Amino acid sequence: MTPINLIVLSFVLFTIGAVGVLVRRNAIVMFMCVELMLNAANLAFVTFARMHGNLDGQIAAFFVMVVAAAEVVVGLAIIVSIFRTRRTASVDDANLLKY
Amino acid sequence: MTPADVVFLFLGAVTLGSAVLVVTTRQLVHAALWLVVTFGALAASYLLLTAEFVAWVQVLIYVGAVVVLLLFGIMLTRAPIGRSEGLDSANRPVAIAVAAATAALLVTVVVAGFREAYVELGDPPAGTSGQMGASIFRTWVLPFEVLSLLLLAALIGAIVLSRREIQPPGESSDERPTERPTGPGRG
Repeated sequence: MTPINLIVLSFVLFTIGAVGVLVRRNAIVMFMCVELMLNAANLAFVTFARMHGNLDGQIAAFFVMVVAAAEVVVGLAIIVSIFRTRRTASVDDANLLKY
Repeated sequence: MTPADVVFLFLGAVTLGSAVLVVTTRQLVHAALWLVVTFGALAASYLLLTAEFVAWVQVLIYVGAVVVLLLFGIMLTRAPIGRSEGLDSANRPVAIAVAAATAALLVTVVVAGFREAYVELGDPPAGTSGQMGASIFRTWVLPFEVLSLLLLAALIGAIVLSRREIQPPGESSDERPTERPTGPGRG
């Protein structure tokens, strides 16, 4: 099995997630794109673990998943509280810190 | 090209197609559902890479928990159900240019580095839960415990962020915020 396909897949997936973060306006869809990028990193971790024949990369992927779950929980709480005060989930409207 | 390569190419096509749909679809709920397809195809890739434990954790955490949380978030923020315009911001050309440059750089570097790499899928170590557990609790105990603290902090933080202000007894809940006395003890 040639792992280069999987590494290229991982990087293209990361790029798709980055495009989504840059392009999308809804905060929750931006979260989904962040999850895509984290998953791309996980795929690279698992592929490299397989290439080098040890388990450390898979354990790193497992830790990334746990951190991502915590990040989603706190992020959604922040988005919901922003929605409660400003009645919008669009990142263009949460611009108090801009300029 | 081995059969494993063919399966990997198929799973990669599914992953990329559904990821593009997550980024381009006009319906918010559909984006979350396409995310399920992406995560499922990635879990199948992990299974084929013999990372069995990571694959099932991927199914449990991402497909089971994260997507449901995102759907709850869509519901709680009263996002429009159905087709909605104006989901994309105006910087699409810049974003696509930056992303294409990033992808070209990364793919060029990695192809130059790993073009000749080849792995046999049959040989150990595989990523069964027994092997993963032994490795976590022998080598990675400290990060594991730190992660449990992180999860506790996230739990408390989410509760603190998302609860409404708790009123002391004797005040009605519909009072204006300006009428309340402010003091250091009222976080």
